[in-house]
Formats: sequence, structure tokens, C-alpha cells
Amino acid sequence: MSGVTLRNLSKAYGELRAVDDVSLVIREGELLALLGPSGCGKTTTLRAIAGFVQPTSGTVHFGERDVTAVPVHKRNVGMVFQGYALFPHLNVAKNVAFGLKVRGWDKQRVRKRVTEMLEWVQLAKLSERRARELSGGQQQRVALARAMAIQPEVLLLDEPFSALDAKLRLQMRTEIRQLQREAGITSVFVTHDQDEAMAIADRIGVINHGRLEQLGSAEDLYKRPVSRFVAGFIGKCNFIEGRVTAPGRFAAAGGAELRFAGQHVEGPAALCFRPEHAAVGPGAAAAGDNSLPVSVKSVTYLGPATEYELISESGEHLLVSASSASGAAAAPQGERLVVSWRPEDCFVVD
Amino acid sequence: MPTSASRVLFLAFVAAVFLFLVAPLVVIVWASFFADKILTFPPSGYTLAWYARAWALPDFASGFLMSVQVAICATLGSLLLGVPAALAVERFRFPGREPLRQILLAPMYVPAIVAGAAVYLYFVQVEIATEVQLTATFSGVMIAHTMIGLPWTMRLVCASLATTGSVAEEAAQSLGANALQTFFYVTLPIIRPGVIAAALFSFIASFTELEMSLFLVGPGKTTLPIAIVNYLEWNLDSTIAAVATVQILIIGAVLLASDRFVNLGKAF
Repeated sequence: MSGVTLRNLSKAYGELRAVDDVSLVIREGELLALLGPSGCGKTTTLRAIAGFVQPTSGTVHFGERDVTAVPVHKRNVGMVFQGYALFPHLNVAKNVAFGLKVRGWDKQRVRKRVTEMLEWVQLAKLSERRARELSGGQQQRVALARAMAIQPEVLLLDEPFSALDAKLRLQMRTEIRQLQREAGITSVFVTHDQDEAMAIADRIGVINHGRLEQLGSAEDLYKRPVSRFVAGFIGKCNFIEGRVTAPGRFAAAGGAELRFAGQHVEGPAALCFRPEHAAVGPGAAAAGDNSLPVSVKSVTYLGPATEYELISESGEHLLVSASSASGAAAAPQGERLVVSWRPEDCFVVD
Repeated sequence: MPTSASRVLFLAFVAAVFLFLVAPLVVIVWASFFADKILTFPPSGYTLAWYARAWALPDFASGFLMSVQVAICATLGSLLLGVPAALAVERFRFPGREPLRQILLAPMYVPAIVAGAAVYLYFVQVEIATEVQLTATFSGVMIAHTMIGLPWTMRLVCASLATTGSVAEEAAQSLGANALQTFFYVTLPIIRPGVIAAALFSFIASFTELEMSLFLVGPGKTTLPIAIVNYLEWNLDSTIAAVATVQILIIGAVLLASDRFVNLGKAF
């Protein structure tokens, strides 16, 4: 067992840089999610860790060992593929045994390990079945047992839940997370679903256009995004364009003077806040809070919360989400209100 | 829900197609038992004598043996060349990949008589250049027949490789299988129906091949279809029907046997 280190990893296909100078450390035993829109390079990064993709430059280390030039079959990685890629001509037990047989284990040892793995994923009863006779969730557990049977150094999962229906997806992600924790194996999984990443990953690496935009816990990414892309990709976010004029002071393009906590260099930027951190009402804001006069565009009742779509006087679209518990009220379209939020709940991005 | 009238119509259509395909075979098998010296209808009686006569004629017996030998060798040849070629074309990217695929499929499109003439001329050129004789030899016929089987192998094996995709092979590699292990433990079992169907079609294509062989066989080294044509030039009796019946039985047996090993329907 070991961590994984990527140093300045790049992969170019002609002009296109699918992975662009990615450096990151995956800690021993953690589950790291690579999150990004489709085509952002997250799968290429995963395939470079597995060895299916030879990087144009940069290195991949498992622990201290440089595996950049090591072919896939000698890397000792466990991989769960999108769609699972179970061997259609073999039954469940033989699928799980495959990696052990090519390692030359003797029959008895193979049988013992296969039984152990199938018990681990609670499929011992189905060992004689063919892959196509199993449900999606069962196939995924076989794929996991097969990948883990070889006692890999690293477990890689490529969009592991995308082939499952919504309900099973929730169940399987909890299950896989629990199994991963039990095994204590360093794991990387690729997803385009931010909920999925936030729900089960220890840390998340957000990738866009081949670059690692930010690496951190779900909370880090949500509360302190470092870029406009991360702020918009993880959860919903309001952006007010303008410039930082002095420490903690922000002049909106529409003329409003706003405040923010934290540091940012002076110059053009955007002040951001989350919909649930703002309040909307007829009265003036509390002293020291930021506020903007707005008019109501639409109000949507969503059950636990009510969402207000608002337009500021300078034409910015803002979204405010008020908890239904706090007695959010409907408002007619065009009504003039005031949005307010605390400087501590703001952040500024370029 | 189809009405019963449209169902009857559909079944009648299926029966008509079936009859159209099977009737000639039935007539041939039937004619092989006619007792008359010259094919006449209706027959005056029935006999098994034509089978004995066919086997007694040296051209048929040796033609039959030659055809079986050539077909087996050509089948092996087309698999040895075609399976790796299909793998290369389906699994690897390299310049000239598409032209290569088309060239390997080409023998299917070129009329056999044209191909026969071309191969004959080519063999003559080879003979002039190297003094290795290929025309009128077993090897010459075998090489030509390998070429006939090759597009069948390409087509069928490519199709089964394309439908399985390469993801099972990647899974095998990630589990520690090297290139050879991946091929023998994963790729080959998955494409097995395609390979067996390819072997079958290569065998039948070679076993029934006539036009190309016309250019390539030599005296005493004739294939069965050529022996049949030669015989037909001067005779019209039921010997031919008896020979054809045996040919039909062999091909039928090959089909049935391979269907036991693989579901041939899956290969297409």
C-alpha cells in the first residue's frame, strides 16, 4: 500500500493538451475524486495512473517507486471500469480468479482468495453465475472484488456509478465507500457528478481543460473556491463583476460599494456568494452587511427551500435560496426588494 | 398483433423462400438414386450404383482427397493470416490501416475468374524470377484458396472484435496479464464464435471453389469441382448427382459440427 504522486503530468494529443501539467499527491489510504465536466482530462489522468496512457511529460510515482515507464500489467493497480468490463465468457468466481491465475498462484490459494473476496462483497452464493446474469449493482461488486483480489497498490474507479439507476447509485456509492475504507486502499475515482464526489471522497481534485484547478476537501471547495470555474462548478454561486479597490473593499461594476473578508490583490475580479448565504426582504440590511436593491424575476417553491431569481439595478442576475423553515414568502414579479449578505460569506475570484 | 390472415401469408412466404433454397438440393440428392443410364424423368427405378461408380473413378476419388487437403490447409492459412490481421486492424492505429483492411477484403469483390487469371500470371512471373514452380502444384492451389478464405476470416473476426470492444482486454492487462495471456485468455475466447465461423466459411469457400482453380491445377492434381466439370463435358448421368450429394453431406456435417461448438448465429 502506498500513496500516489503525479509530478507535472501532461498528455498531448497533437495540439490538444488533454492533461496539462497536473501535480498532485494522493495520500495513503484516501479516496480522492477527480471531478470535472466531460472531456476535461480526468479520465486521461486516471488512465495515466493505470498505465494505459503514456504521459507526454511528467512522472507517476507509487510511493517511492517511479512507475511512469512500467507497463499496465506490471503496475499492480486494481481498476473498476465504466460498465465494469467483466469477462463475458467466465463466471463470477473465474472473473475474480483471473488476476491470481496470471500471477501463477496455485489452485488452492486462488480458491481461498476468491471465496474471501466474494464474501467481502457478499456475492459468495452467485459464484457460478455468468456476468450477464447479474444485476448492475452485483456486476459492480464483482468488478470490485476482481480488482481487489490482486491486492493492488492503488484502486482506480472510472465513473463507477454512471451505469446504475439513480436509486442504486446512492446505495452503491455508500457501499463502495465502506468497502474502500475497510480495505484502507489508496483510491482514485473519476466522476462528473459533484454530489457523488462530495458525498464519498476524502478530497476532490477539480479538473478543467486538463488543468487541476483546485484540490481540497468538499468544504474547502465550497467555501473557499480559488477560481471562477470551481465556484460555479461546485454548487450554485452568484457573481458580481467589479474590482478590488482596497483590502476588503470591492467596487461593483454597477456602482455599489461592497465588503469582503479575506485577501485579494487589487484589480478586476468578481465577488461571489452562495444563494443560501443571502437574505432577501423589503427592509434595509443590518449594519455592516452588503446589500443590493433588486427586483423579483421569479420565485420557485422547492419544498425545503424557496428560490428567488432576482435582477439587480445594474442588470446582474442573482439567486437567493431561503429556507422554508424561516418563513420565506412569495413575492410578485417586479416587486422591489433588498438582498443582503455578510462580508464573511463572500469570496473573490479573478 | 398480426391478424391470422397476415400470419398465414407470412408463413407461406417463409415456406416459399425455404422451398426455393432447398428444392435444388433435394432434386440433386433424389437424382443420384435414378437407375437410368441417361438422366430421365420420371426415373424407371432406383439404384446405389452411381455412388460406387463415382468412387471407382480415379478423378473423383483423388479430386475429393485433393479438395479436402487443400481446404484444410487453406483454412489454416486464412486463420493464421486473417486473425492477426483482423486484430491489427481493429485494435491498433497505424498509417495505412484502412487501405490494408480494404486490400484484405478485396478477394471477395474481385470476380474469381479474373483473380484466377491474375494469380496464374503472377505465379508464372514468380517462376521466371525464382525458378520455384507454383502453377499446377498443390502449394499454388493452396495459396490461391488461402486468399479466398482471407476476406471471410477478416470480416467475421473483425465483426466479433468490434462488438466486444477492447475494454475486457484492458481489464485483463490491469489484472496483470501480459499481451500473450490477454490474447489467449480473453480475446480469443471472446472471438471464438467468429473464428470458428471464419474457419467454416474458409473451408466451404475453398472446397467448392471452381473458377480460380481452373487456372492453377495440373494434370493428376485436380480438385473435386474441376473433376465434376471435366466429367460433365462428356457425360450426363447420375454420377455427378452422387458426387454432389456427398459434397452436400460433407458441408452439412461441417455446419452441424461447428454449430455444436458455437452458436453460429452469434457470429453474424
